[in-house]
Amino acid sequence: MSEFSILLPSLLNGITTGALYALVALGLTLIYGVLHIINFAHGSLLMVALYGVYFLAVGFGVGPYQALIVMPAAMFAIGYLLQRYVIGKASHERDENILLVTLGLSIVIENLALYWFRSDTRIVDTPWSFETVEFLGAFLPLPKVIAFFGALLTAAALWGLMTRTDLGKAIRAVAKERKGARLVGIDVDHVFAMSFGIGIACLGIAACLLMPSYYVTPQVGHGFVLIAFTIVVLGGMGSFVGALIGGLIIGVVESLGGLFLGESLGQIGIFAIFILILLFRPTGLLGHKV
Amino acid sequence: MADKRKTSGLSKRDFMAAAGATAMVAGVGGFPAVLRAQPANVKIGLIHPVSGFIAFSGTQCREGALMAIEDINAAGGIKSMGGAKLEAVLADSQGKPDIGAAEVAKMAEAGIDGIVAGYSSAISLATSQEAAKSNTPHVVDVGVSDEIIKRGLPNTFRFSPGYGVIAKFAVDNLDKINKAAGSPAKTAMIIHEESLFGTGSAGLLQKELPGIGIEVIEVIKHANPTRDFTNIALQIKAKNPDLVIPANYYNEYVLLARTMRQQKVQPKGIYSVLGGAASSYKFVNEFPEAAQYIMDCNHWFNPKSDIALQRKAAAEAKGLIYTYEVFLAYNAVAFLADAIDRAGSTDKDAVIAALGNSTWDKHGMPYGPTKIVGGQNEGGQPVNTQVLDGDIQVIFPEEFASAAPVFPMPA
Repeated sequence: MSEFSILLPSLLNGITTGALYALVALGLTLIYGVLHIINFAHGSLLMVALYGVYFLAVGFGVGPYQALIVMPAAMFAIGYLLQRYVIGKASHERDENILLVTLGLSIVIENLALYWFRSDTRIVDTPWSFETVEFLGAFLPLPKVIAFFGALLTAAALWGLMTRTDLGKAIRAVAKERKGARLVGIDVDHVFAMSFGIGIACLGIAACLLMPSYYVTPQVGHGFVLIAFTIVVLGGMGSFVGALIGGLIIGVVESLGGLFLGESLGQIGIFAIFILILLFRPTGLLGHKV
Repeated sequence: MADKRKTSGLSKRDFMAAAGATAMVAGVGGFPAVLRAQPANVKIGLIHPVSGFIAFSGTQCREGALMAIEDINAAGGIKSMGGAKLEAVLADSQGKPDIGAAEVAKMAEAGIDGIVAGYSSAISLATSQEAAKSNTPHVVDVGVSDEIIKRGLPNTFRFSPGYGVIAKFAVDNLDKINKAAGSPAKTAMIIHEESLFGTGSAGLLQKELPGIGIEVIEVIKHANPTRDFTNIALQIKAKNPDLVIPANYYNEYVLLARTMRQQKVQPKGIYSVLGGAASSYKFVNEFPEAAQYIMDCNHWFNPKSDIALQRKAAAEAKGLIYTYEVFLAYNAVAFLADAIDRAGSTDKDAVIAALGNSTWDKHGMPYGPTKIVGGQNEGGQPVNTQVLDGDIQVIFPEEFASAAPVFPMPA
């Protein structure tokens, strides 16, 4: 096997890793891209979801994929309550307040996790964690292949929700014209909380699909949150398909960057792309209109 | 009436005067006499990265250090100072050298008596440098960079060996293991994290390995944290080395081992040097299959020492995983406390002198009594471990060995 021959496996790995990034970014594109809430607590809430999956597995023998029945609903409830009773109330509808409130929330959540769970690295070791799917001579880890299809389904479901349901229409109306939406009888606070809840529910899905190939610590969100913001901007704020494509691009750039520039420098490519997009297409690949 | 008052007792005015005088005497001289029976606490600063990317290791260090303080206090404190208790002053470096140094400055300002810090080499360099400004005795618990000691700071001591000694030991023993198996290993790839520890270790190994007939065909450096190790595993697979030598922290080590297994990378041996996981019961318990046969050259306790086994049992009774961070930080505190006890005071020069001439031997390590040369305990040495059937066995040196090495790894 030469270095050139690992180009295809590396590319495929980038795509599957990118799907995991896209999963984390999908919720953010709804919260940040549509509602313009800069949610700095996104990484911390991912950590909460990962601990949820971990404790379900260790405490109740619920596997990460079985946890898909519980975790999105639980995370939706957390997201809804946070927006309705903490972020919404404390921010007084001012963007700079939202930023500080979510930043504060992330610090509180992380420190509580440190206090309760200590900083131990926790892993769910499932029998299929080491299973691989052979594709074009490359061994693709089964959990990543499942995550790839999970990301496709989640993006499709969110797209359907936003374009085919009354809630989706209400979310778009509130995002576009908050006062107008209120005037026509839409409960704006409820819609905001629902949107935030749905965005955080996506983290519940992401956590279930991520846990078989990753670990959880109180700081685990740091590694994902910046990537997720980059993906949202790259894909186009508010575009779920854009987030999916953005995630895959970032995954591939990181993977090939690591291969050709070295693993330490590989991530430079991610931020180079980010800057180029901001320079030449500030609306992102698929624009921001929903 | 006046006589009666005089004979029967004190007048009201005299009583008040006497009471006031008594209170004054007691206030000036009596209570301090009582206080002198309770000697002032000896304040030990513990600076570790309990948040940030190496928080697991930092927390383990803190736990080990606190265990030592608890044990020393329970055994009567600093006896030469009338049983003065050790008091932990805690700080979090967040994995950042500048924050570690800032915490030292704060502690020095507050009159700390000694510092144990800071888990990583980069942080230990910064904390010891800052502590030197106030001549505060500073014991490095884990940091392995030789630069920490080479600067000749009079306040800086390290109880455990540095990576110069460890790399030499690792290479010498690898040579013995390889030769005993008929020299099947001829090539190696080094995978290391990008900070001072990984880079320094990799540099030394790259220099030393050709001397024992092992060609280093590639050195791969990675960031902390690295989210995905597939590329690295693919590169290892492409180069097909006989040996893979990782030098990284726990989280990255786990992901690397996991990914190598997923990508079906099967070298003849995985030989870690200061590997963050191969000498960890946590890793062995969580990945018994992936951990099987991995060898490491690392800090380890003497498995034949009663002191070590008692401390291991005590740590495990507290729910701790007995990683090297726990017992190295424990020993760093105990080493400092022994020096304070022999100095008989917290005078910084006296404590530094006592650290310098220490012959302490209650450590449970495979070391012998401490022998400090230029701040470094020259008696300190690592051991080789191997994961065998879900347990960590010492395979070298032979006097401490609990099992024979298995090499090459059975397919």
